Amino acid sequence: MATVRSAKSPIPKAPAPKAASGPVLLLVATRKGAFLYRSDPGRRAWRVTGPLFFGHIVHHLVLDPRTGPKGRRTLLAATSTGHLGPTLMRSTDLGRTWQESSRPPAFPKAGQGEKGRAVDHTFWLTPGHASEPGVWYAGTSPQGLFRSENDGLTWSGVAGFNDNPKYVDWTGGEKDGTPDGPKLHSINVDPRDAKRLYVAMSSGGVFESRDRGASWKPLNEGVLADYRPDKFPEYGQDAHCVRVHPLAPDVLWQQNHCGIYRLVRPGTRWERVGDNMPRSVGDIGFPVVLHPRDPATAWVFPMDGSTVWPRTSPGGKPAAYVTTNAGKSWKRQAAGLPPSQGWFTVKRQAMATDARDPVGVYFGTTSGEIWASRDEGAKWTCIARHLPEIYAIEAAGLSR
Amino acid sequence: MRVLIPTPLQSYTGHRAEVEAEGATLAGLLADLDRRHPGIRFRMIDEQDAIRRHIRIWVNGSEVKAIDVPLGPSDQVIIFQALSGG
Repeated sequence: MATVRSAKSPIPKAPAPKAASGPVLLLVATRKGAFLYRSDPGRRAWRVTGPLFFGHIVHHLVLDPRTGPKGRRTLLAATSTGHLGPTLMRSTDLGRTWQESSRPPAFPKAGQGEKGRAVDHTFWLTPGHASEPGVWYAGTSPQGLFRSENDGLTWSGVAGFNDNPKYVDWTGGEKDGTPDGPKLHSINVDPRDAKRLYVAMSSGGVFESRDRGASWKPLNEGVLADYRPDKFPEYGQDAHCVRVHPLAPDVLWQQNHCGIYRLVRPGTRWERVGDNMPRSVGDIGFPVVLHPRDPATAWVFPMDGSTVWPRTSPGGKPAAYVTTNAGKSWKRQAAGLPPSQGWFTVKRQAMATDARDPVGVYFGTTSGEIWASRDEGAKWTCIARHLPEIYAIEAAGLSR
Repeated sequence: MRVLIPTPLQSYTGHRAEVEAEGATLAGLLADLDRRHPGIRFRMIDEQDAIRRHIRIWVNGSEVKAIDVPLGPSDQVIIFQALSGG
């Protein structure tokens, strides 16, 4: 990827591509199935398909931005049920037909007398580097990193992480996980270098690999873990969501259990830019999403992290917050959202941006509503309600 | 031998509630079942060969807790799913 370094900003950034102009496809994963919402070109009207996998838990639904043979794009769904083991489903016709993975992510069988790990569910899916067609990564609960080289048909563990001698130290135990179990998530592939990977864990923190997963280093300097006696450990933080900017991959954003952070590589110390949020709102939340062309712009959706952690919109007044200056200041975006008695919970995968200009911003709630803005958060419209609990939303661009 | 399949797994058996599979042990039978109906085993048995939490397997009217139990040619295997929660 060619990069330029402007006089105004010292951060290398690839030239911005032309903004997308086609319809947007929202890939909505819920506790009871998946739904596809397809927009008109103006993003004013939405047509729904679904439920797909009705009754199944769909943890993540991701459309490959890379095109394969005949221009087809692979759609992967990480599914389980409350009672059956996990699996992965794959479609190359935008969800009309599905093929089950013949070898879903699974840990190796433990030796005699050893305690083995078992994948409860695949939580996160990330397409591989543009130069590696067919490669995908998956993050599981409990924490595991898996790789497919055949578009999701079969998966193998990334031994450098899963079998690392430090694995138990890095990942902690069951008590360190989320209510749905400990998770590996936020798998980011550096668009300049297929070998450079970032992952995050709840709990465990952020880790970096520069050799395609063979070895890993913690990347948590400056990130608070206020639930531990050592407040700034090398690892053990609770990263909720980490995103690498696609055009400026030296810029990383993190929504953490303990605040909002930004890191500029090659630096290693995160800056708590959430300190610039209004004190009455705080900087606790689950998702962070990025402007596709401006590494200084990001959105978060604050949650109440006081007392027993209600994890709902502070004061019952839901709002997104946006920064356009790398976190130096934040602006409240609540137009169209309930002015009171709106107790939204938005999970870490349930917020997304599209590639249009102006950027569309979307979020889904655990109470089954999808809210959309086609003007970068200035005004919100509810485009769906009465859905099951929303776990994840991805916004994919379509050519027509 | 006859194997009874619960409703949530019948998408693997062509929506049949009763199928045939062979094996000298339950592990062997489950492997054969997976050869005939690919993917069905992992939904019931995890990668450590443990029966998943909400799956119950009965052999000739007795519940088994592990898959290394021997089977005879006339045995009947019933797979249940213990549904719970909302």
